[in-house]
Amino acid sequence: MKNVWTVATNTFREAVRDRVLYNLVFFALLMMGAAILVGQISIGIEESVIVSLGLTAISVIGLLIAVFIGVGLVSKEMEKRTLYALLAEPVERWEFLLGKFCGLVMTLTVNTAAMAVGLYLALWTVKHTLEKSDGWILVAVYLILLKLALIVALALLFSCFTTPFLAILFTAGIYVAGVFAGDLRTVQAVDLSSATMNLLKGISYLLPNFENFNVMGAVAHGRAVPGALVRQATLYAVVYGAVVLAAASAIFSRRNLK
Amino acid sequence: MKRSGIIEVALGVLLVSGLAGVWQLQKKIDVQRQALQEERDELVLRSPKLIKRMSLEYAPLVGALYWTRTVQYYGEKHRLQQIRQGNLELLWPLLDITTTLDPNLIVAYRFGSTFLSDAPPRGAGDPDHAVELLRRGVIANPDYWRLYQDMGNVYYFDKKDYARASEAFAEGAKNPQAAIWMKVMAAKIAAEGESLETSYFLWRDIYQTAQEPQIKKNAELHLRLVKVDLDLRELNRLADEYERRTGRRATKMSELVQAGLLSQLPGDPDGYPYVLGEGGKAELNLYSPMLEEKLMNK
Amino acid sequence: MRVDTGEVFGFLGPNGAGKTTTIKLLVRLIFPDGGSARILGKSIDDVSMHQEIGYLPEQPYFYDYLTAAELLDYFARFHRLTATDRQTRVENMLKKVGLETAKKIQLRKYSKGMLQRVGLAQAILHDPQVVILDEPMSGLDPLGRREVRDIILELKKEGRTVLFSTHILSDAEMLCDRVGVLVGGKLRGVGTPEEMVGIKTQGMEILFEVAKGKNLPLLAKATRTGERYRVQMPEEELYGAIEQLRAAGARILSVAQIKPTLEDFFMNLVEADRAQANAVEVSGK
Repeated sequence: MKNVWTVATNTFREAVRDRVLYNLVFFALLMMGAAILVGQISIGIEESVIVSLGLTAISVIGLLIAVFIGVGLVSKEMEKRTLYALLAEPVERWEFLLGKFCGLVMTLTVNTAAMAVGLYLALWTVKHTLEKSDGWILVAVYLILLKLALIVALALLFSCFTTPFLAILFTAGIYVAGVFAGDLRTVQAVDLSSATMNLLKGISYLLPNFENFNVMGAVAHGRAVPGALVRQATLYAVVYGAVVLAAASAIFSRRNLK
Repeated sequence: MKRSGIIEVALGVLLVSGLAGVWQLQKKIDVQRQALQEERDELVLRSPKLIKRMSLEYAPLVGALYWTRTVQYYGEKHRLQQIRQGNLELLWPLLDITTTLDPNLIVAYRFGSTFLSDAPPRGAGDPDHAVELLRRGVIANPDYWRLYQDMGNVYYFDKKDYARASEAFAEGAKNPQAAIWMKVMAAKIAAEGESLETSYFLWRDIYQTAQEPQIKKNAELHLRLVKVDLDLRELNRLADEYERRTGRRATKMSELVQAGLLSQLPGDPDGYPYVLGEGGKAELNLYSPMLEEKLMNK
Repeated sequence: MRVDTGEVFGFLGPNGAGKTTTIKLLVRLIFPDGGSARILGKSIDDVSMHQEIGYLPEQPYFYDYLTAAELLDYFARFHRLTATDRQTRVENMLKKVGLETAKKIQLRKYSKGMLQRVGLAQAILHDPQVVILDEPMSGLDPLGRREVRDIILELKKEGRTVLFSTHILSDAEMLCDRVGVLVGGKLRGVGTPEEMVGIKTQGMEILFEVAKGKNLPLLAKATRTGERYRVQMPEEELYGAIEQLRAAGARILSVAQIKPTLEDFFMNLVEADRAQANAVEVSGK
């Protein structure tokens, strides 16, 4: 476990020194400023717009980081061969992978926290006060973070066995598919056999259901998020993530590094 | 060196003049395009479900965008006084999309219930869609009892369906946080149907409690109209009383004052004194802007 | 194949012979289709064995956003060292490979030679018993190569086992106790450098100058560059040739043994068609 922490902190350090990350966060904070402006235009729903726009920014920026940097975690090391000396150290391949995962999740946590602060600042600028109901925004951010962690795991998995370009494509693809997984479950079409319907239903359960982590609608209107949902979503992310990381470890452990 | 300095200056001049040229050109193009542009509203994407899918996880944000568009669409038409029967046809689609994307956007339901159902020149004159919108609203927001209030208003004012209006108020009254008058109104409308007192009360509540400025303004307008009706009714009653007492019809309001039936000369909401017109019937003053308001809002 | 404790063993072979592949198999960067190997008595599948070995990859590349000190510290953390121990070792290593002044500069600014030295440092930082170096001299200037040679000899003095690969014969001759020769993916022989290389001397070569017009039968076999002539002959004929030159009043510039080229040498092996042992055993006994 110590090795995992060692790799994780180094991954975090790499992210901190990577200027691209700062640009993204800066951009997100810019979005918060824009949210204030947009709020002025939409009469009657300024707060709702600020929260929606803010959460969207956090989600989208986080998504970009999770996909692009997530894929790069392993593929960059393999491409640049920085991995070679490292793996000759007494560290298991799964420890390396898990460390990379944790490092990026730590980075994402810091980034989303910074953006959440920006969101609260934007809200405060408009309302000049913060209410208890604004606390639910943190819950929404936490759920977004869970979603991002799951996407990092998927990005890692794909980058272990395909080229970076394909890995990005697959990860983005599974993200979109995962968003529609709920719809897939309830699909009704006249010309589908019941076998096909069951197949689609099965697929919809196996895909990562990202809608589980989306509470923007409720939080934008200051409504509560049920504790049960938060607990279950956390469990879902942990279990699904563990499965994905285990698969990634298995693949990576047998990969020849030419 | 001299030569490179000249080139730099030349490039700078080229850049600036180029941008200035582009600016001017754009102005000319804008004029051209405006001449071409037809006075047709467009809503390219119509399917709420499709738009919701395209919004991925960000539906509430896109919903807020469509809400903004809705307000601007109505506001523009209202400002230019262009609302006639059938030319507010995008209001329902826009509200449909907005509430599909964000079912919790209460203000969209309230706005829709007012301006979809109200007749031109104030709204689209489409109470059926207003009801459909509100039914969707109460399913998504069962705690918000005022949506039942809006539903009651639509049935009462625009559909003249007093049974359903009473039902709506009664349903809303079930919410422990609902105003007490909801229950009272349910009973009153069930018993009497339409009455000026009821109408006045309903509009007054909207006027006092609505937060959206357009809705408030609309309620104020209706309130003034109903007030005029109430006033005229009362004045006619007093004129009849005068006739009963004196045996002849009064021709001037001052006579009613002198007879002690009024404490002072009565004025309409704009302050213009009411007059007694033909046949001794109470009427609005010819100079009063309320006259035109009444005519426009028949 | 075996490498004994305290040996400096050279892996020789032309480019593409499979030296890097074999080394990567040993450090588990790639996996074998069959066969087995052991280091210090432990199977190569045992990751804990990596505590005792150091590895320098071919043309190493490291995280360019780290400084040399940070990189060494990072790698050191995978070993069982205390914090102070780690710090001291990092300092010592940097001094040893001559990077002390550059230790706070990010690796992206390092030259190839400097990176090679960092690589060497991380390979020996944790006092490994076995050090595996893949083409440690590549990309170095003569001074750098000399420094690496010195470090290897020092490691040998400390009693460590060193395995390194190269395609430069002279390095192997200077440093190795024994060499293993790899051609076309197969091990073609193991022995001391002299054993391997000194199979067939191809004769002697004389470099000389002579005035024009002199009658010299030797000139027929000689190649001329400017004023100088170069002629080769079998060893037996050497003194006869020198006599000829003396008689003609030629000026002898040098007399040298023609060493076989590496290619010749490897060609011989291919012709010799030796049987290949499938198991490559590296042991520290």
